[in-house]
This record gives sequence, C-alpha cells and structure tokens, in this order.
Amino acid sequence: MDAPLIEATHLVKLYTMGDETVHALDGVSFSIARGGYCAIVGPSGSGKSTLMNILGGLDTPTAGRLVIDGADIGTLDDEGLAAFRNRTLGFIFQSFNLLPRMTAVENVELPMIYAGIDAKERRLRAEEQLVRVGLGERLTHRPTQLSGGQQQRVAIARALAGRPALLLADEPTGALDTHTGQEILALFNELNSEGVTIVIVTHDHGVAAATKRTIEMRDGRIVGDHRNERSRHDAHV
Amino acid sequence: MMRTSDLVGSAARALRSNPMRSALTALGVIIGVASVVAMVSLGAGAQAQVERSIASLGSNLLIVVPGAPRGQGGVRGQAGGGGGWDSLTLDDAEAIAAQVEGVMVVAPSQRSRAQVIANGLNWNPEIQGVTPAYLTARDWEIAEGRFFDETEERQARRVVVLGATVVEQLFPNVNPIGETLRINGGAFEVIGVLASKGQTGFQDQDDIVLAPLTTVKRRISGRSRRADTVSQISVKAVSEDVLRQVEEDVTTLLRQRHRTREGEDDFTVQNLSSITETAQQTTQVFTYLLGGISAVSLLVGGIGIMNIMLVSVTERTREIGLRKALGARQADILHQFGLEAVALSVAGGVIGLLLGVLGAWLMTSLFNLPLVIAPQNAIMAIAFSGLVGVLFGAYPAWRAAKLDPIEALRRE
Repeated sequence: MDAPLIEATHLVKLYTMGDETVHALDGVSFSIARGGYCAIVGPSGSGKSTLMNILGGLDTPTAGRLVIDGADIGTLDDEGLAAFRNRTLGFIFQSFNLLPRMTAVENVELPMIYAGIDAKERRLRAEEQLVRVGLGERLTHRPTQLSGGQQQRVAIARALAGRPALLLADEPTGALDTHTGQEILALFNELNSEGVTIVIVTHDHGVAAATKRTIEMRDGRIVGDHRNERSRHDAHV
Repeated sequence: MMRTSDLVGSAARALRSNPMRSALTALGVIIGVASVVAMVSLGAGAQAQVERSIASLGSNLLIVVPGAPRGQGGVRGQAGGGGGWDSLTLDDAEAIAAQVEGVMVVAPSQRSRAQVIANGLNWNPEIQGVTPAYLTARDWEIAEGRFFDETEERQARRVVVLGATVVEQLFPNVNPIGETLRINGGAFEVIGVLASKGQTGFQDQDDIVLAPLTTVKRRISGRSRRADTVSQISVKAVSEDVLRQVEEDVTTLLRQRHRTREGEDDFTVQNLSSITETAQQTTQVFTYLLGGISAVSLLVGGIGIMNIMLVSVTERTREIGLRKALGARQADILHQFGLEAVALSVAGGVIGLLLGVLGAWLMTSLFNLPLVIAPQNAIMAIAFSGLVGVLFGAYPAWRAAKLDPIEALRRE
C-alpha cells in the first residue's frame, strides 16, 4: 500500500490571548490516503479552521508532525511553504476569491504565474481546466459577469490548474444556494472519481455526508471519524 | 519563482486599473523632475551665457579704468576718494607696454557717445577711440574692409570701423564701406565692418563705432578734458598663466606712477578671469539653490507615491492574501508592489524630463539664454526618479510582503 497523502501525528496549536493559552489543536492525529475524499466538520471554535490553515501551509503547528505528500510542513521556511502551497495544494474558498479585474482564464492562470510556467502553456492549461469544470464557453468572462456557482467553478479550475496533490476546500458551498451547492459537490465527486484527493472543511453535516469520510472535531480534538454510507454518498451524485 | 514579464504585466495591469489615481500620483514626480530639469538647465544656460559674454570681451585680458576700486570682483568705485575719472593717461599705457613683462599688447581707449548720422538715419552708438592694438586686445575680427593703421591713428584721420548693429541701423541696404557718416557735424569715412560678437546679456557689443584714438580725443570728446587722458587701458597678457603676475605688476607700476598706496588707488585693474570665476560661482550657487528647491518637490512626489501605495496595499489586502495562498513568495509580493511604485515614479520621471526640457527651452528663449541640456542630467533625472520609487515604494511593498495570509484572507 502507498504511504498516505496526509499523515498528521499529535498536532498541537497554541494561541496566547492575553494571559490565557488556547489549545486550538490539542493532539490531533489522522491520516488521509491518496484519492481520499474527506470532510472535517465541527462547530466554530472546534479548531477545524486552524487545522485547515495548517493543512494549507498558511500556518505551522506548535508541536506535532504533519507530512503532506512527503513534505514535513513543520520544517519548511516561508519560501518552502509558498512553494508547497503552489505545487501541492489547490485552495477553494467560501467566497471564491477571484480577482475582479481579471477574466476567468486569467484567474485560473494566477497560481501558474508563481510556478514560473510560460504564458502559452499557462493559457492552454487554464482553458483545459475551465472546460473540465464546464465553463468552456465563458473563458473571457469577468467574475462579475458570472453567477456564484460559475465563480466557484472558476475557483475550482484555478485550484486544479497547478495539478495539486490535494484540493483543500473551506466551506465551498457556504455562499451558494442549496441547488448550486449540490452541483459543486457533484463536481467534487466527479473530480474525486478521477483520482483527485479532496478535503472539505465545513460546519454543515449535509455537505460532510456527500463525502466518503467524516472527521468530527470539537474543542481542538477529533471526536469522531467514520466512513459515510456509500448509498448516501451516491444519492447526491 | 515569478517571471519578469509576468511581474511587469501585473504592475502594468494594477496601474492601468486606476488610471486617474496613477496619473495623479505620478504628477508629483512629474512636477518634481520637470522643475529640477528646468531649473538646472536654466542655471547652466545662465552660466554659459555669463562665460560667453565675458569671454567675448577678450581672453587673458586686464582692463584698467580710472577711479578707486570698491568691493571685490573688480567693481569700479565712484570717482573721488582715491582720484578722479581722468587719472589714466596715454603715458600710463606706454609705461605698461614698456615696463611690464608678459604683456602682449596694451590698448588705451577713450569712450564717448554721440549722435551718428548717415543716409538720413541716425543712431546713438558707443564710440571708442582706439589704437590698432585694440583689435587684438579685445579679440575683434574684421568682417569687411580694413582697420585703420598706426599712421592713420597718429594723423587723426576721419575714418571709422562699424559694429554690426550700427551697420544694420544706418546702412540697412547699402554696403557701408566707402560711405560717409557724420559724427558731431564732422564727416567720417567708413573703412571697415567688425565681425559680430552677438548680443551678450543685456548689452549689445556690436553697437559700437571704432575710430582712431586721436581723432576721438580731438574731434568728438575733446571738449574740456586733458588731451592725454584715456577712459580705459586694455592689457592683454601673453597667456593665462602670467595673467596674475601681469595684474600685480601693472598695479605696482601704476601705484608708483600715481604715487598712491594700497587702498588709496585712483585706478582699478579688472581681471576678467576673476570676474568670470565670481560670476560662475554666483550662477553655480543659484543653480544649486534652484535645483535644491525643486528636489524638495520631488521628495513630496515620492511621499505621494508612498501614500498611495499604502492605500493600495490596504485596499488589496485580500488579493495579497489570495496570491500568497496560491503560492506567491514574500519576494514575489515585494517585487510586485515595489515595481508598481518604481513604474509610477519612472514614468513620472520620463514625462517630467520632457516637460522640464520644454520648460527650460521656453524660459531660455524668453530670457535669451543658450539652452544647455546635459545628457548626464537627463539620465540623472530618470535614475533619481527611479530611486525615489525604490525608496518610497519599499515600505509599502514590505508591508504587503509581510502580511499574514490568514488575516489577509479574512479581511473583507
């Protein structure tokens, strides 16, 4: 069997607020295999956002060890983290975070700019990804000319463009209506079936149920970790 | 690692996205660079002008005039105190020629002003009674005809050589050689025309009539003055190296002859090279002063850039957070914002340079000065505006690069 894509061992994250020390993460251990499709759920304050920031290379753990795609996150400096975010990760945000003055295809090109890929190749790959998420007709539209669902698809294309090992989605359906949210989840399911590893961070158990596995968090600890029913999972497809 | 072409592209996009703001921000630098360039060019023009006008009086030249010296730089004092206006004589000139070493020529002259009439036109030029040596002493060239010789000078012939302006005024359509003109009722034959020295400053050197010294003494300004006094003695040294020595020797000799002591002189020896130096220093100081004042406006322009860049960083906090999440390194963000500031200020610098040259051209043609644009000044202006961009863009760019991506993404 392959080594898991994500291997977290006893992650601890401490925040000092005034005199008080908050355990945002209090010894979190789990692993996610390549090709996995997993949701991390929990109410606000459960530490799921902290975990996501650490998984995303935006933050570093106070203690513990996190290896993603062979890279020990705790040992990376700023430059190493930037390269990690660029090559290993694809970020998807609740509020899409598209740059308003750029067209869809230019937005998708953005991470490839930081990878130093030349303009021609970039354009080609960006268009390819937009076609993949079903926006082949809207390459030169600006974000304001697109619906919320379409904007999130552009963001997904952007996350995919760097051919990352892991898609990390933070409440990806939070800003969308139920129907559009279902469509986005269906797209995730499709991408997963093509072999993309996806981790969704959400407070919504309905969203979590659409994935293959749910990790539940509370007060900085994992309180539950179970496979979702295949039937329920399929029901959303 | 971001490609340079992408870096330039993203800076250009950011500046184009808010053209009004970019233009107004660059305006500060435009005004700063334009005024520096214009002022420095104006100063250089004034300096060139001063040098040219003094050099055109004659090189390696000392001018001895009657009257006590006052102040520095050869400014001539009032008559009285040390002596009157008629303290210099032809004998003084001869003594200088005979006794001072390193002298090429000595040219005594008598200045006068009188109405000159020819062709039914009249004009009021400066009339100088001179010896043939004057031509050499003052670096005059003959453009047409000839100059009078020693014999004609001694015999007080009624001949004149005209400056270009006088020819223009009195003989607009006629060749003046051989023509007759009248000065104080007497008839004079025009035998030559001087090559033009051009308008220098506010004085037209070509507005001159040269006549034999004896002729002027007897027939034009003779009146009540002593027969052997002169209004000026021009002393030309053989080279610039001996000029100081000649100046001292002339002074010593004249003190002996006039029986005066230092501080009681009834004559003044003006050294044109020291006047040139003083004038150069003065214009140099003015150039620096004007340039310095202008540099302050460039500084203000730089602060304007910093201000706008800080606003821009705040406005684009989310964008910066996103770029970092997508893999931008701190260096990438630093370069992106730094380049925007530098692009703004260099664009301002180039436009400012063009406007400054235009302004310098307008001012120099207004004041009738030569236009001096040193290429190294132009390069300096561009380089300096680039430096302003780097200096004032560095802090906002550093702030952007150091933003915490988690905080930045959370910002609405």
